[in-house]
Amino acid sequence: MLQKVYDWVDERLDITPLWRDIADHEVPEHVNPAHHFSAFVYCFGGLTFFVVVIQILSGMFLTMYYVPDIINAYESVYYLQNDVTHGMIVRGMHHWGASLVIVMMFLHTLRVFFTGSYKKPRELNWVVGVLLFFVLLGLGFTGYLLPWDMKAYFATVVGLEIAESAPVIGGFAKTLLAGGEIIGAQTLTRFFAIHVFFLPGALLGLLGAHFFMIRKQGISGPL
Amino acid sequence: MSEKKHRVSRRQFLTYTLTGVGGFMAAGMLSPMVRMALDPALEASGGSDFISVGIGEDELTGEPQRVDFNVEIVDAWHTSEQSQSAWIYKEGDEIVALSPTCTHLGCTVNWDANEDYPGNYFCPCHGGRFEKDGTNIAGTPPTRPLDIYDVEVRDGMVYLGQTNER
Repeated sequence: MLQKVYDWVDERLDITPLWRDIADHEVPEHVNPAHHFSAFVYCFGGLTFFVVVIQILSGMFLTMYYVPDIINAYESVYYLQNDVTHGMIVRGMHHWGASLVIVMMFLHTLRVFFTGSYKKPRELNWVVGVLLFFVLLGLGFTGYLLPWDMKAYFATVVGLEIAESAPVIGGFAKTLLAGGEIIGAQTLTRFFAIHVFFLPGALLGLLGAHFFMIRKQGISGPL
Repeated sequence: MSEKKHRVSRRQFLTYTLTGVGGFMAAGMLSPMVRMALDPALEASGGSDFISVGIGEDELTGEPQRVDFNVEIVDAWHTSEQSQSAWIYKEGDEIVALSPTCTHLGCTVNWDANEDYPGNYFCPCHGGRFEKDGTNIAGTPPTRPLDIYDVEVRDGMVYLGQTNER
């Protein structure tokens, strides 16, 4: 049945070369854990991406209940955590996944570093990777404020004071991030917009570039 | 197809296994999210509590009188008070409390409000009319009777529950 649907579409649109080009490529022996078990370290990049996908999906579902407003934010998080069936699980996935992304990204960075995969001709991909690192840290920082509880509030107070301590532009950066002098209503909406629209947009763009360069340049050779 | 003839190739076996494991993982990921999204639709609607409308049973007569009362509306994390009304009268021993919401398009009806139609509930929007017991009068826009409240009497005071369609 499925095969017939596929064949019908393929006959008209010739989609086979499209996905073959993306999905069908050889994995060199030195990165295949079936040959050398230690090659599992090459999985960390893919695992980072996998957790990012979970973050995007669970985040999409969380916004069905969340309100970025100082009156209702905490109440809506409390409601989705305690009154919505499986809300605790979905929020848990997003909460723990956020830490897991950072851990996986760190392991992936270590692997790239110690296999020397950042060297010519792959310097640009390392640069994009570092940008991805900052984007993911930014997602962690902005997401932390959204529950609008004591921990979230004071973590952001501290974070913005760190920004303020930067020379010359510190004061400007803090006011810009907080959306004013007060860390309050405008900070929350601002962080929400950054967390849900701006950074994920940047993340997807950079990931696209990251993957494109891998396919273009191939996986780096064995040690 | 006999068992012997059905040879599974290595490629087929791997395809099946990977699809199966992948599908299992995707389902494990997505099912809590989907269940969470479906929650409002699957939640059983709880029957509402009875609320005192501040009128004693012995104050009621055969003539419908309007009572106003506040109902607490719980909308997820937001709780608010909503003002509601009822037209309430006594038919023998039975207390009848009718919703004032016109069954045509939801305006509010009034008892005995139009001099041309005494002894009717009259809706000012499109001239819908109802008998004293809430039955819609043929030839006017409403197509069904006024909704009726669940009524309870506790310690001589009248309590109203949810409205029901008739």
